[in-house]
Amino acid sequence: MSKYLIRRVLQLVVVSFVISVLAFLLVHLLPGDPSTIILGPNDTAANRATLLKQLGLNDPLWQQYLTWLGAVFHGNLGTSYLNHESVTHILATGAPVDLELIIISQTIAFSVAVPLALLVSRRPNRPLDNVATTSTFGMLALPPFVVAPILVAIFAVGLGWFPATGYVPFTQNPATNIHDMILPSVAITAGSIAVYFRLLRSDLISTLQQDFITMARSKGLSGRRIMWRHAFRPSSFSLLAAAGINIGALIAGTFVVELLFAIPGIGYSLVLAVNQRDYLVVQGIALVVAIAYVTIQFIIDFIFTIVDPRVVRE
Amino acid sequence: MAKKTAGDAFDFKDAASQSGPLLVVDDLHTSFRTTRGTVRAVDGVSFEVHEGKTLGIVGESGSGKTVLSRSIMGLLPPRDVIRSGTVHFAGHDLTAMGDTELRRIWGAELSMIFQDPMTALNPVKRIGVQIAESLRLHLDMDKKEAQSTAIELLRSVGIPSPEQRVRWYPFQLSGGMRQRVMIAIALACAPRLVMADEPTTGLDVTVQAQILDLLADLQRERHMAVILVTHDLGVVAGRADDIIVMYAGRIVERAPTRTLFADTKMPYTKALMDSIPRLADPSGARLSAIGGRPPDLINPPTGCRFSPRCQYAQDKCRELEPPLRTVGSPDHLFACWYPLVDGVSTAPSVPVSITTNPATTANDAAPTGGTTS
Repeated sequence: MSKYLIRRVLQLVVVSFVISVLAFLLVHLLPGDPSTIILGPNDTAANRATLLKQLGLNDPLWQQYLTWLGAVFHGNLGTSYLNHESVTHILATGAPVDLELIIISQTIAFSVAVPLALLVSRRPNRPLDNVATTSTFGMLALPPFVVAPILVAIFAVGLGWFPATGYVPFTQNPATNIHDMILPSVAITAGSIAVYFRLLRSDLISTLQQDFITMARSKGLSGRRIMWRHAFRPSSFSLLAAAGINIGALIAGTFVVELLFAIPGIGYSLVLAVNQRDYLVVQGIALVVAIAYVTIQFIIDFIFTIVDPRVVRE
Repeated sequence: MAKKTAGDAFDFKDAASQSGPLLVVDDLHTSFRTTRGTVRAVDGVSFEVHEGKTLGIVGESGSGKTVLSRSIMGLLPPRDVIRSGTVHFAGHDLTAMGDTELRRIWGAELSMIFQDPMTALNPVKRIGVQIAESLRLHLDMDKKEAQSTAIELLRSVGIPSPEQRVRWYPFQLSGGMRQRVMIAIALACAPRLVMADEPTTGLDVTVQAQILDLLADLQRERHMAVILVTHDLGVVAGRADDIIVMYAGRIVERAPTRTLFADTKMPYTKALMDSIPRLADPSGARLSAIGGRPPDLINPPTGCRFSPRCQYAQDKCRELEPPLRTVGSPDHLFACWYPLVDGVSTAPSVPVSITTNPATTANDAAPTGGTTS
């Protein structure tokens, strides 16, 4: 492993530590006394003291943190105040939904945006380019909560190709699961397509002005080969950076479509928990989401080392 | 070393037996449409290059020499570019060919070395891959064969330990090394003609000589023709068989190198020579520069295009454009009404106002903004 990646791993560890401290402190910022919540307002002071001792809440903060962290490492993130479901269970059922949404929507986004940008940037400002650029501009202006009802109206209510709502776990029935997930995924894809297409298009156009492209032409390479082999990689840096940020934002950021299509992702659970002040659920989800975000950035950095060999050396 | 086998489908190699020059450029014009008007970058250029010979094309920045070299190859984007005239390479008219046909020649028979080795290599591809690419495309080599040929090519351009370097990226190499890699790429398929567009401009002076010598050695070894495009007469002086001097998109003088230096006819060529610093000059001697700027190619001056900057210019020079002609020796062409004889102008006495400050008149004659439109 290169020095660059070792540095990135260390960063990952440090950031994760900071995140865990912040998530831990979240619960300590709560107003009120846990004993009051658990025992009710009318219990005796002695009982409360016993409970606090039992719960380890008289220990110094750093010790409480370590105890909590130990539990986290054993998969114990506490239990919801409301329905007494374990936070780990909420995450285990919700996370696959978000993961699937992200994978499907990003696969669609890349497979539309990349070929389109490669096609259009060879002849910029021609009719095809103008259509693509204008329509992606429109897509940027359409948030998922606008796209989703339109998709439902056309493909679910009108044509009846997809269900309007509903969710079956992948492990239960993969075909139905994917069928159910297509509309919600498409609903969050529009913005990604627009961003990816526009970034790649403008970077490709400037890359195609470079000497090394003329050089590649003077070798006798075909236009298609030049686009894929010579122009695409050096034009993909901002695309990659944007993809990292975008995918990060989609983790637990898809609650609108989860709500509209009634699919049980962690985004939906998180919003619910925040509304109902279900602090341990908020804490657990925040921790996992933040660490997932950092991990995605790490993966993007890793891909950078493959795409641009200069990164490793600088 | 890369050798094309008999089985290869290059009809160009079969045409090797044809007599006559390898490259014939006839009345080539190349213009660009811009918002300000049409820029005539190459304006009626004709010349020939013979098998194995070196032609130097010399001119200031903006004289159209880079456009000329790209226009000959057909590398300019067809949009916004208007080209007329013909370019015959090994008997085939390149201007009549489509992209697919040209691609079979590019890199295989006719290749190019670019000016800036920092930007002309793909920054994210290993140099070995960039060399092997042409080998696999034109010579149908498999991956392994192409890789080992790439190593041999790197060795032949003087890159130490090529077995390791073949896996390096351009950013790991110095400018001189990169230019060597570029030469290796250009020569990979043993082309018959190499266009070298300012191949040493971006390099240190010491490295410049090394690269030019390397190119000359490889040229001899492989019997290639080379077109060496440069702004520096000193670069082509000892290396080219013939030299073309360009000014404002036109050829102003063309002669075998020895003749050009011994019997310069055109004041512009003389001015270019005088701007080369000489070791024999006393220290502190002023280097003579050509006053003024190259003319605007949208509205070139009437008459001789050099007249606004020429210290010998007469009324006739400013009114009538001199044709490319010969006096005595048939292979020495020049475009001047009052050619130099033994370095002295044949022009009648010159009005004082022009000789004192040629820069002023040049600026008057070369509008660069509001005055045109």
